Amino acid sequence: MTELLAWFGSALVLIGLPFFVAGSLGLVRFPDVYARLHALTKADTLGLGLICLGLAVQAGSLAAALKYLLIWLLMLVASSIGATLIAATALACGITPRTPAAPTSERPAPRRPTAR
Amino acid sequence: MTTTLYLAAATLLLANAGVGAWRIWRGPTSADRMLAAELISTSAIAVLLLLGAALELPALVDVALLFALLAAIATANFVTRTWTLLHEDRSAREEARRD
Amino acid sequence: MALSWAFDLLLAVGLIWLAWQTLFGHHRFAAVVSFMVFGLLMALVWVRLSAPDIALAEAAIGAGVTGALLLSALGRLPRHPEPRHLLRPWQRPLQLQALAAAGMLAVWLGWVAHRLPRPGLAREVASDLAATGVAHEVTAVLLNLRGLDTLLEVAVMLTAVALVWSLGPALRSFAPATALPGLPALTHLLHPLFLLVSAYLLWRGSHAPGGAFPAGAVLGAGGVLLLLTDSVPWMHRERYQRRLRALLAAGLMMFLAVALGGLLITGTFFAIPTPLAAPLILAIEVATALSIALMMMAFYLYGEPGR
Repeated sequence: MTELLAWFGSALVLIGLPFFVAGSLGLVRFPDVYARLHALTKADTLGLGLICLGLAVQAGSLAAALKYLLIWLLMLVASSIGATLIAATALACGITPRTPAAPTSERPAPRRPTAR
Repeated sequence: MTTTLYLAAATLLLANAGVGAWRIWRGPTSADRMLAAELISTSAIAVLLLLGAALELPALVDVALLFALLAAIATANFVTRTWTLLHEDRSAREEARRD
Repeated sequence: MALSWAFDLLLAVGLIWLAWQTLFGHHRFAAVVSFMVFGLLMALVWVRLSAPDIALAEAAIGAGVTGALLLSALGRLPRHPEPRHLLRPWQRPLQLQALAAAGMLAVWLGWVAHRLPRPGLAREVASDLAATGVAHEVTAVLLNLRGLDTLLEVAVMLTAVALVWSLGPALRSFAPATALPGLPALTHLLHPLFLLVSAYLLWRGSHAPGGAFPAGAVLGAGGVLLLLTDSVPWMHRERYQRRLRALLAAGLMMFLAVALGGLLITGTFFAIPTPLAAPLILAIEVATALSIALMMMAFYLYGEPGR
């Protein structure tokens, strides 16, 4: 039983990893803030969630397992509410979401010299 | 066996966070930079949990718990700072976006 | 083994790159974010150096509060800073000399650190542990054996609050709940947890990594979240100012009272009699944690409230 749980936990951890890779890939490759936000929240919720679940399954005591789940719950709250906050702020700053009519939202803005 | 697996997973996550850190350098908007920081803090939590399980250090779970609790502070702070800037000065829009 | 080497190497490279970005990056916001991430990685480094106590403190202070403080300070800087100061010709040789001096100092420090006795003072601390009233070595050193250092640290923090408050009137942040409904929701959801986790850390400090500093920092971070949503208006009111200052100084006062009490009873400054040690240390920890939490919030006001 314990051995089975250990295998199951390791498998869950392994399934969680690709979400992190997808998150950073999306962060690097996606075209605008909103799309990147979408990629990132998957890593925050699903990736970390699967890792926490995988470790909680193998935890020695109920208290330790609950602590893993508490971490996941905290990140769920922080990440999902944080995503709406960042999206609202980006919109207020005048970053228009990318639409089919204007497929490149970032390019037309004149590139200001970044050195200051 | 699981020790090696978890160490490998932690190394992979750290390298992955390093790839995400490119966004901090590149930008172009400040929201992008915050997103990269958020990805790295999530990765750090996962790394801490995996290390704690691999090296059998239960104290690391507490460190991860702190990271998870404080992850919201940075986001909330960024958001209120930007809104305060926008509120004070409409022409700060471009500034709040880029800076 | 090779894996942990790879992990440490990645960590070291990342740290140096982030430090470089923080100091020499041309973009201010990117520099602040790099510094926040630097704090995260630093906590991982302490974990790798088997110092979970410092990792906890770094996670609470470095990742949570310092980054946020810098981020808000950034908004107070002038919009268009002066062009970067270039070095004048006569300053060039001075710069080289300063670099050489710093390099030699680093080499010397490394040599001294290398020659330190190993394994440090762990054995002496362990032999005195029974008389300190706590079961965790780090807490014993921080609050009993070297309590004076901690007392001075709290005094330094209080001085820093006085300095920040002398800069001008307090600032209030603007966060409209109509546009950002998530912010009050976040505060409501997280606040019980902030209280719970800081109480947990305080309790854990007597027998495992934890203690007053991380607990105070966590509570302070929760307070910062309250300040961000502008939900502690009493801090800005005139009639609460005296009480606020008394609470800020409470940790230091408690510390000083214990230290002077030790002087009266045993004749040595900060010598706590063994039977009283456990309750006294708990009292100091609670008072210091509350004061540290308030001091974190006080930094965040960026000026003297009620002025």
